[in-house]
Amino acid sequence: MGLVSWLIILPFLTAMAVLMVPAKNWKAIRWISLTGTGMHLMLTAFTTMKFWALASQDIPAMKTATMTKLYFVERVTWFQTLGIDYFVGLDGISMSMVILTSIIIFAGTLASWNVEERTKEFFVLLLTLVTGVFGVFMSFDLFLFFMFYEVAVLPMYLLIGIWGTGPKEYAAMKLTLMLMVGSALILVGMLAVYHASGLHTFDLIRLATVNYPASLQTWVFPMFFLGFGVLGALYPFHTWSPDGHASAPTAVSMLHAGVLMKLGGYGALRIAVYLLPEGAKEWGLFFMGLTTINIVYGSFGAIMQKDLKYFTAYSSVSHCGFVLFGVAAMNLMGFKGAIIQMFSHGIMTGLFFALIGMVYGRTHTRIIPDMGGLAKVMPWLAVCFYVGGMASLGLPGFAGFVAESHVFMGGFFGNNFMNPVAMKTLTIIATVSIVVTAVYVLRGLATVFQGPITNHHFHELTDATLTEKLSTGLLVATLAVVGFMPWYFIDLIEASIFPFVNRLQASGTMVAFH
Amino acid sequence: MSDFFLSPVGLQHWLVVSTALFSIGIYGLLTRRNAVGILMAVELLLNSTSLNFVIFNKFATPSAVDGQIMSIFIIAVAAAEVVVGMAIFVTLFKHRKTVDVTSMNLLKN
Amino acid sequence: MHSEQSFILNNVWLIPAIPFLSFLTLGLLIRNFPKKLQDQLSGIVATLAVFSAAVLAYWLAWEYFHLFPAGVAKQALVPWSFEWLRYQENLAVNVGVLVDPISVLLMVVVTTVSSLVHLYSTGYMHGDPGYARYFTWLNLFTFSMLGLVVSPNILQMYVCWELVGASSFLLIGFYFEKPSAVSASKKAFIVTRFADLGFLLGVILLGYYGYNLFASVAPSLHASGLTNVQPFDFAFLTNPEVMNQFMGMSDTFMGMGVLTLSMVLIFMGAAGKSAMFPLHIWLPDAMEGPTPVSALIHAATMVVAGVYLVARMFPVFAASADALLVVMYVGAFTALFAAVIGCTQDDIKRVLAFSTLSQLGYMMFALGVSSMDHPLGYTASMFHLFTHAFFKALLFLGAGALIHAVHSNSIWDMGGLAKKMPVTHATVLIATLAIAGIYPLAGFFSKDEILVAALESGHTGVFAIGLLVAGITAFYMFRIYFVAFWGKPSHHSEHAHEAPISMLIPLIVLAIFTIGAGFVPMADLVSIGHSAGGHHGINWAVAGPSLFVAAAGISFAWFMYVAGGKQRSAALAGALGGVYTTIKQKFYFDEIYLFITKKIVFRFIATPIAWFDRNVVDGGVNLSGWLTRASGAALNSTQTGQVQTYGAWFVGGAVTVTLVLWIFFL
Repeated sequence: MGLVSWLIILPFLTAMAVLMVPAKNWKAIRWISLTGTGMHLMLTAFTTMKFWALASQDIPAMKTATMTKLYFVERVTWFQTLGIDYFVGLDGISMSMVILTSIIIFAGTLASWNVEERTKEFFVLLLTLVTGVFGVFMSFDLFLFFMFYEVAVLPMYLLIGIWGTGPKEYAAMKLTLMLMVGSALILVGMLAVYHASGLHTFDLIRLATVNYPASLQTWVFPMFFLGFGVLGALYPFHTWSPDGHASAPTAVSMLHAGVLMKLGGYGALRIAVYLLPEGAKEWGLFFMGLTTINIVYGSFGAIMQKDLKYFTAYSSVSHCGFVLFGVAAMNLMGFKGAIIQMFSHGIMTGLFFALIGMVYGRTHTRIIPDMGGLAKVMPWLAVCFYVGGMASLGLPGFAGFVAESHVFMGGFFGNNFMNPVAMKTLTIIATVSIVVTAVYVLRGLATVFQGPITNHHFHELTDATLTEKLSTGLLVATLAVVGFMPWYFIDLIEASIFPFVNRLQASGTMVAFH
Repeated sequence: MSDFFLSPVGLQHWLVVSTALFSIGIYGLLTRRNAVGILMAVELLLNSTSLNFVIFNKFATPSAVDGQIMSIFIIAVAAAEVVVGMAIFVTLFKHRKTVDVTSMNLLKN
Repeated sequence: MHSEQSFILNNVWLIPAIPFLSFLTLGLLIRNFPKKLQDQLSGIVATLAVFSAAVLAYWLAWEYFHLFPAGVAKQALVPWSFEWLRYQENLAVNVGVLVDPISVLLMVVVTTVSSLVHLYSTGYMHGDPGYARYFTWLNLFTFSMLGLVVSPNILQMYVCWELVGASSFLLIGFYFEKPSAVSASKKAFIVTRFADLGFLLGVILLGYYGYNLFASVAPSLHASGLTNVQPFDFAFLTNPEVMNQFMGMSDTFMGMGVLTLSMVLIFMGAAGKSAMFPLHIWLPDAMEGPTPVSALIHAATMVVAGVYLVARMFPVFAASADALLVVMYVGAFTALFAAVIGCTQDDIKRVLAFSTLSQLGYMMFALGVSSMDHPLGYTASMFHLFTHAFFKALLFLGAGALIHAVHSNSIWDMGGLAKKMPVTHATVLIATLAIAGIYPLAGFFSKDEILVAALESGHTGVFAIGLLVAGITAFYMFRIYFVAFWGKPSHHSEHAHEAPISMLIPLIVLAIFTIGAGFVPMADLVSIGHSAGGHHGINWAVAGPSLFVAAAGISFAWFMYVAGGKQRSAALAGALGGVYTTIKQKFYFDEIYLFITKKIVFRFIATPIAWFDRNVVDGGVNLSGWLTRASGAALNSTQTGQVQTYGAWFVGGAVTVTLVLWIFFL
């Protein structure tokens, strides 16, 4: 078994190990989970270093490539008659997403240190979910991809339904149903591509060598994009996100907003755009318009929110809009920006939800106007919150700026097949969000943390514990490292983005494979 | 239309009879509330089928007797069915003092 | 002209790096020490770091200005850079250090004022619970500002621009338990952020068109020795050939040429940071921060970043005459507008803030009146930036000493302090004379040069405004001087005493600078464009009237506040009535902006969107759920449980199918 398989299976093995432990030893269970996720983080770091050494050298060679180059590939035939393989590997985009997920799950485990209700089931489900996520990011067989995708989506229902707060059954049901609608669209698209290719394979790389008929691309592309868009909080299919995030327990919110929503952007780029470039060209402007609405609408929506979790959820809608906006801009900078934004937003929201959980654990309220002056009693949490806020409003020095500037430049620079005036106009509209974001972030945070302490109970509150410091510190450091030294991250992903752009440019002139 | 009435009795006339019988049976089956009535309607359906077998045997393959054999089978099965059905209804009547099928909804909801 | 021999020229990056390292040390390491040790160390570490940066900056200035013989244009050097961010091929951001006359000048100003402010703060902030936090952020600011100053490309400028904005936000909101400080910090950040939106769009626009030109221009740039140049670099943007191409572009955007539009957008960013009208509203409120912060950030350094940006991009602005006209009008209007408001304010720091606005307006319109052929205004603007940094920092630090002594910001709570605080009095008097433009103090020379530039450019209206503002400035500055130092002590100022020595040293040093800075031969050091050199000596035809209006202003202040006492000024205010109130309320700009944000944006955009999302969009989702349930409920009634019903459906279906088959296929 190779490196990639270990990366997928390790959380699952951890889940199995947790299953072995009697439920009453909940302290042992969380230590096992922490060990498992910590080992995963180390394995990821090791893989990243190996990967970086290989991939950064390939940048010049990949500039003209149309085929994704995979590293650490493993391939075993699974269902020969249907052409399904166990085909996993890594490219730059997967690698960055794996790093993100690994960091988030480690921080999430630390953040759920105090889950005392059904600890065992909680961690088993959480780790199963993460297995699915890793599987999605590393599988290059469409069928395998879809299978892992479902594995990642379904445990969410139980996690929110059982450990959630507020109208949790409603939120869980809504979230699951909406995501299932998305899955159905994806499945239809997948089968359409499978049949149209005539290759009898689900191998993503081989499927991407086919020049699909334009008529097919026209209707399959929006199915893929909308299907993934539901998960990526595409307007107007985003409403599961505020309710879902508000009801979910801390670690689940972190994982969901931080990682699961990224599956949408990832799929839209990896599958929709890569397989169906003609459809992408045709629909690009339409989706760019929708995502512009996302960006601006989400940020305005956040201004008036009273609940910290709704506040973060709307800001997520806005920020996930940047991801899909970058994808819809259909050029190198747009794609790169989308990937960096996925990473930075993942870390950022993970941080936000972790902090909200910690603050809620102390004040027992998430209502913004009920809090005030908390910086005095919990300086560490306040600083981390401000770092997250500054990153989310795109302050240079944090990852958000790198991403947003890429996305804006991508949108403005345009490409040679979409209306340039429309693209520029949409980009300018989207940039308005950087001001609105500053407004809601500063308003929200100032109310919670600054000013005099509004409630005398708050005087007795304490600052972050060691586990909490570790969890938030890791996330803050990641944001700062990517923001200050973006070139490492860009070297990591750039080589893998050229094929997407080149295939887009070459589509229509390519010779059919079969 | 007039042909039908003027011509000597043939396949069509017999089929009309059997269809009428079947329709009456269906009507009874769908509308009767009394279980015994439904059972009688089922008998009509079976008889119409049985009649069809005999008719087609006579007009399509006069030399063979397959149709007649099938109709005898049907009569036997119908007799058995009535026995079982009536037994159930009698028991039911003993318990519930009714054989109205619309009130037999113990499994509903 | 190579600099291999010089250590400092090759290692200019040290100047911003030292405060940054100190920031990291304070923020990550010393923060975890016990409170007492933390307080002792943080002040010393931070101050030493900035002082060493200042020493390096002076060394650099010495080396750099001696690198070129007199009369030879001083080249811009980029001794150190590396690729920081690569957007795509031929579109990368090379973070580095640009050494040219204005960056050296600014490095000197920033490190000097910053180190003195650090020293002053060790006394001023003594015993504050957030002592270590204060120095951490002050170092962060110094780093960001130095990074901004040395930017060789516009994107690095933007990055540091945002960072100074953030550190300014942190320092304005330093007293985070005070609601007014919190809202002031929010206001400052959001207003400048709004301006930065323009800056960002301008950067993107320039990047876009620069990138499109790049391929055609690059070969000749390479031939002329500009290797490794990128579209964002100032070296590229200000290159004459590139600008010619830019001007030749037929693209228009909303009726404006590309170049004009990008420059107006970039000026929007500059206007936000330099608090030009109508984006000035954040600066007076920013005085909620600790006074040394006001001296450093909101008087001497950060607010001049906008002027610096316009100066840095000057050749490009000059290529677009319209954009330069915008700079000139906005600058001149702000100078007058802020000076008028400054006459009515009671808070000493607010008066100084409005005077900063007014002086920034001077610097802006000085840039606006100059051109590549008549670059006197450019030199004058930089000169005024240089002198203003010293005397305004001195004024703020002096005001800090006064506030420290009387525990109040209002000038009416002061009074009679000249005897109680002799050193403060002497230094503040020097600065007040300097800002009023009295010979031979620094302000006289730079203001004179600006007025000469305005007159020579032919914009007599702007010259008149400049002259008028000079008089008003003298009036309101002497108003606070007379009220605070002369007259009878109020009950607040009875027990005032002189500030500690750590606060007095910076005052004295800055006073020396204020006296001496005017004699720096700025025209030899800083110039641009075709006519090297420029204005030498004093043009008495301009200096005469300017001295006269200054004297008139001082006399009027004496007449109102010394000779007349409170009754006379009150009588004047009463006579002006509504006009006075309007001016005192800063022309109600705060209220207008508040109305726009609270009443219009929040109530008519944000609230409806939140409602729309919860009710219409989410309503759609719930509707689909409801429809599913409703159709289920509707179909539920067909499921009677009666076999007879199902049979009826079955027979009906069979008959229908038969009929359909019969009708259509038979």
